[in-house]
Amino acid sequence: MNEQELLGLADDELILGWRDSEWTGIAPMLEEDVAFSSIAQNEIGHARAVYELLSDDADALAFDRSLDEYRCAPFVELKLLDWAHAIARRWLYEAADEIRISALKETLPLAAKIDREETYHRLHAEMWHERLRDAPQFRDAVQMLWPYALGMLPPSQREALSARVGLPLVDAVERDAHTDGLAEILDEMTMVRRSAPAGAQW
Amino acid sequence: MTDLVWEVFRQDRRGAPFEHAGSVVAPDAEFAESWAREQYGRRGESVALWLVPRDALHVVDDWADEFDLKYRRVDGYSIKARLKEARERAGTAGSR
Amino acid sequence: MRSEQEFLEYVQAGGQVETRDWMPDEYRAKLIKFIEMHGNSELMGVLPEREWILRAPTLQRKLALTAKVQDEVGHAQLIYRVVEDLGKPRQQCLADLVDGKAKFHNVFHYPTKTWGDVGVIAWLVDAAAIISQKALLKCSYAPYARIMKKICWEESFHILHGRDVILAMVTGTPAQFELVQEALNRWWGPLMQFHGNPIPADEDPMVTWRIKSQANEDARQQFLEGYVPQILELGLTIPDPNLRKNDDGVWEYTEPDWDELKHVVTGHGPRTAERLAFRRHFLEQEQWVRDVVLAA
Repeated sequence: MNEQELLGLADDELILGWRDSEWTGIAPMLEEDVAFSSIAQNEIGHARAVYELLSDDADALAFDRSLDEYRCAPFVELKLLDWAHAIARRWLYEAADEIRISALKETLPLAAKIDREETYHRLHAEMWHERLRDAPQFRDAVQMLWPYALGMLPPSQREALSARVGLPLVDAVERDAHTDGLAEILDEMTMVRRSAPAGAQW
Repeated sequence: MTDLVWEVFRQDRRGAPFEHAGSVVAPDAEFAESWAREQYGRRGESVALWLVPRDALHVVDDWADEFDLKYRRVDGYSIKARLKEARERAGTAGSR
Repeated sequence: MRSEQEFLEYVQAGGQVETRDWMPDEYRAKLIKFIEMHGNSELMGVLPEREWILRAPTLQRKLALTAKVQDEVGHAQLIYRVVEDLGKPRQQCLADLVDGKAKFHNVFHYPTKTWGDVGVIAWLVDAAAIISQKALLKCSYAPYARIMKKICWEESFHILHGRDVILAMVTGTPAQFELVQEALNRWWGPLMQFHGNPIPADEDPMVTWRIKSQANEDARQQFLEGYVPQILELGLTIPDPNLRKNDDGVWEYTEPDWDELKHVVTGHGPRTAERLAFRRHFLEQEQWVRDVVLAA
């Protein structure tokens, strides 16, 4: 995986972590709220760990790039503030991420570490999938998100994802263009940071 | 709803006793585990958990002690007075 | 034990009560109301802080603030479980909350306006809360006293985080220092009201039943004693010209507006309606999830 692709992985984790952290305090049950928040924190932790491989200043990478320098997939940018979509995204994301991370484990020790933590994310996502798979809200959400999930992976890995989740290959929403969702996130995300000169401590 | 309550017992470190820490409301062991892991372990404060459906607990909280059988307890023995007398007899009373 | 008088003597002598014990109806009712308000407060406290998770200026602050808010949700879970075991289902508590029928602490009815608020809340609001929470470790109702231990332990992290956020800003740019001062100016009033109006211990049924073991004014004095020096040593000013410690070691201050406190906690704070509506929206939207998952 080259630097741009690593940045893509980190940016996916960062932005999805941001989106997932939006559920803190408003998840369907309190127990799940706590668990889901841990997942969001882990994702941001993974992003930070990868940024630290690429730069001395992980915060600068996370916050200070311009919109078109971010390499995240549209999939993670979507604002999904209903549970069916949020949990469907978790399920699809973990399936795709496992494929991506497995391919990296040989060459990147950090990938093995991330993979071990993701084991719990996968169990959590599977647990929810089992419970909700027949609910129409969940099925609709999966259908809607599927093209985006495919677009998270390079074409060479999409067959494997299709087999893993049991959905047929369709046209993917590619990584080539960011959605309005990202502009919105970056705006909010950098609001406090931009209020002080670069290098200010927080 | 009581059939959904899972009691959580946690172990602080290896070798320590399992102590009751609270409860989670969950439909099955899988959800109970996923949730208890985070509620009772996200800071690495537990090395192990026991999750038990509340219905599986058999609670015992009443005892009969009608005849006050003190010999079974530490407070059933008053050693001080007799020990003093024994020491005086043995001449060892002042030497401690 | 089946008489209210015996029970009263028992708890006043330090006796502990468990879930399955007989308890007077009044004790149970007061307990539920008190503990429910605590649970509601933890849950509502999430909302003002949540916005800032999304705006945290570094990855470290983002993670720390998310963890803090997560703890508060966790506390709500622990607390509502205690209420449920006393006889009031969690969903009923939440329904009463969003319908405006239940109270929660004054501080969570106010807006958060800047990153300065994040520091002030985590440091000083949590400090005020932990004083009350430490006193609750001695609550006569044992299941509640037991969860207070975990809550107090986790709150100690929050105060550290809050202090760190404040320190970074007061040693940063003049504009950052100002953010803290300005936030302090806005939060000082609610902080002074936080522990409630002074009720003599012997007139407070919560103390009589040993649910609370600390009078409101004692908690406030403890807060001032501990935190006024810490605030002043950073070069910040406290917006009460009458605040001073007198010769008897008692802190004097401008009397808070107790009517305002009552007005706010009964659902008329600046952000009350908006936050309850936000909660109600998600509660209703996700009812189907609870129906599917928790169906026995």
